[in-house]
Amino acid sequence: MESLVSRAGLWFAAFLVAIFMFVNAVDTGFAIHMVVFGLAALAGLVISLTKSNYKVLAAIGGALPPDQSRYDDDLVRTGVILTTFWGCVGFLVGLYIALQLAFPALNLGFEYTTFGRLRPLHTSAVIFAFGGTALITTSFYIVQRTCRARLALPGLARFVFWGYQLFIVLAATGYVLGVTQGKEYAEPEWYIDLWLTLVWVAYLAVFVMTLIKRKEPHIYVANWFFLSFIITVALLHLVNNANVPVSLFGSKSYPVWAGVQGALVQWWYGHNAVGFFLTAGFLAMMYYFVPKQAERPVYSYRLSILHFWSLIFLYIWAGPHHLHYTALPDWAQTLGMVFSVMLWMPSWGGMINGLMTLNGAWDKVRTDPIIRMMVLSLAFYGMSTFEGPMMSIKSVNSLSHYTDWTIGHVHSGALGWNGMITFAALYYLTPRLWNRTRMYSQRMINWHFWLATLGIVFYASAMWVTGIMEGLMWREYGADGYLVNSFAETVAAKFPMYVLRAFGGVLYLSGALIMAFNVWQTIIGNLRQEEPLRQAAYDPNADRPLVAAPAE
Amino acid sequence: MSSESIKEPYAGHKTIEKNVALLGVLAFGAVIVGGVVEIAPLFWIDNTIEKVAGVRPYTPLEQAGRDIYVREGCYACHSQMIRPFRDEVERYGHYSLAAESMYDHPFQWGSKRTGPDLARVGLKYSDEWHVQHLKNPQSVVPESVMPQYAFLADRDLKGSDPSADLTALSRVGVPYTKTDIEKAAEDLKTQADPMADASDLQKRYPKAQVRDFDGNPDRLTEMDALVAYLQVLGTMVDTTSAAAQEELSKVKGR
Repeated sequence: MESLVSRAGLWFAAFLVAIFMFVNAVDTGFAIHMVVFGLAALAGLVISLTKSNYKVLAAIGGALPPDQSRYDDDLVRTGVILTTFWGCVGFLVGLYIALQLAFPALNLGFEYTTFGRLRPLHTSAVIFAFGGTALITTSFYIVQRTCRARLALPGLARFVFWGYQLFIVLAATGYVLGVTQGKEYAEPEWYIDLWLTLVWVAYLAVFVMTLIKRKEPHIYVANWFFLSFIITVALLHLVNNANVPVSLFGSKSYPVWAGVQGALVQWWYGHNAVGFFLTAGFLAMMYYFVPKQAERPVYSYRLSILHFWSLIFLYIWAGPHHLHYTALPDWAQTLGMVFSVMLWMPSWGGMINGLMTLNGAWDKVRTDPIIRMMVLSLAFYGMSTFEGPMMSIKSVNSLSHYTDWTIGHVHSGALGWNGMITFAALYYLTPRLWNRTRMYSQRMINWHFWLATLGIVFYASAMWVTGIMEGLMWREYGADGYLVNSFAETVAAKFPMYVLRAFGGVLYLSGALIMAFNVWQTIIGNLRQEEPLRQAAYDPNADRPLVAAPAE
Repeated sequence: MSSESIKEPYAGHKTIEKNVALLGVLAFGAVIVGGVVEIAPLFWIDNTIEKVAGVRPYTPLEQAGRDIYVREGCYACHSQMIRPFRDEVERYGHYSLAAESMYDHPFQWGSKRTGPDLARVGLKYSDEWHVQHLKNPQSVVPESVMPQYAFLADRDLKGSDPSADLTALSRVGVPYTKTDIEKAAEDLKTQADPMADASDLQKRYPKAQVRDFDGNPDRLTEMDALVAYLQVLGTMVDTTSAAAQEELSKVKGR
């Protein structure tokens, strides 16, 4: 009972703080955000008062009600729906800004719809809303199964989940209103950063406490990756968002770091958002869902150890490759390049460990579209972690930096690796969480697979062509010793590829919409009657055993 | 029990993966090294920021323009970092120096050139060109894919209190004097008013450009601030003088 009273009291206090901040607000963005925050606190208050089981509380004097089921999956179910939703939103905004670059009239002349404000909306929607919700959701699912323990601190876990959703809403509305601190992938302002810090510390507590109460002697490899992801993101977030607010009642703040130091802190953060958010966290998903779906054990335990420690140690050094040939000192650039090239090996360690897990189950690539998505996702992980080290070599970077090649590289990783492994996880989770025999339609998964794959091919190849083309056009000299192209000519030359890229986006988005429909139908309990996916007919003539031949 | 006599490879790792605290501490240790080794020295190694004459903090009007530049997410498409290559130096001007962004909170070097680099765009185009280009980029550069920012010209410049902005900036290390902070609101108006006496402003902010920037002297708009910021970019350091060239030739480490 005391815990209920103090929880309700905390929410009420948060509500009062929001009102106080709203009344004193010095700018519109901050005022709107305090309304959102106040409503969220009110919702927290109402939920903690109405959802409590008073009879049980009275009977056992405030202790937690006994576990109803083995695992606490309510949040995971909500998370599956929200991940699907945020994915579609993020892809849609991405498609829209891709079209803006081809047809600038789509900026519409309103301040709220310019590319400059919608671009962070897209990047945050896909990385933090889609990716982040997927990570929190799957980590809550995986940590319970691999520890054979129910989620620790269930109340705090709910705070983590919904607090993170509030962070997404505050960040997203902020970008449209022009509330930004102007650092890529770290745009949310100081008070949103503080809120995320609170949520993140709670996340660490829930995750670690669940690990502590595990009934398995060993901590499974997926949880090593989740743990390092949670710890490192906390570190990166705190250092990169050290800001001094102009007013405690306003949204504006100035970062502590400036110029060259600011640039390195930012890209140390930025590159490790890729390294720990989009790699370590998603590798954790891979280490659970690939073996489960393939029904094979992880290929190599030793490789897991080797590539886990080398990956987390090496990744953190790679940031300066975003600053080649800038005013950052040479020694830091070179250090960044060397470590980026070394990073190729642990990255491929993860890919090999994932792909080789399919040993003995390769036939499933033909019959199981979920396995096919996982294989493609690992293949794209391998390709983009080869492309990345290559682009971090200074002479390659002198061409690729500032061009669309970088955009292509990011998307082959994000759409191919992060997207595909998340889709596979959602297809794995949905029937299990709602007790269905399978997804509503296997054939729609197959359609999703091909639409997404073709979409990535269109996207990445269009960006390779524009990136290398514009890089070469910028540095092209004529026989007379003058630059050949004006900047505007290079912009005009990119138009056809920008249209092709947007077409790739249409394909990828339509695949995701098909998934949303499929997930929805599965949840409401429908099952589509359909022919199973093609089983290759047995051909006795083709079935010839290999004949042993003597070595020469 | 015979298997115990042969030591399994990586047997020691079993201790780590059975202990949450140990795993967490070791993982933290592994990730902290790289950041410390790369970032910390930038704060005390002398040649990180070369010493050049001319770099000064932004005037309140320029800073207000910079805040608009940040608010509108211009960094998503424009870099402010010229690399030391022949084509970039010929296209944009002398390569960027670390000192030139030492008062930039946050730095706006950017990572993408959907539009051209802006590190030395100051004084390259007239104010009229900038205003026309910001209102309707396609009217001056038909190939441009830039959004239209006509709304900036219709909005009075009234963000947060300029003195509060400068106070916050001085807290993070920008050397504004007490006078600068006290007179911030006044300086803001003076710089955009061709009739005002700007001698005091120009003494405290050398080479500050004083005029009406947006072509509408009756109003102080967001357009005034943004154009004032664009016109100061890259103009503080005289990279063409012989003395500067000689000094820069001694700079090592890049």
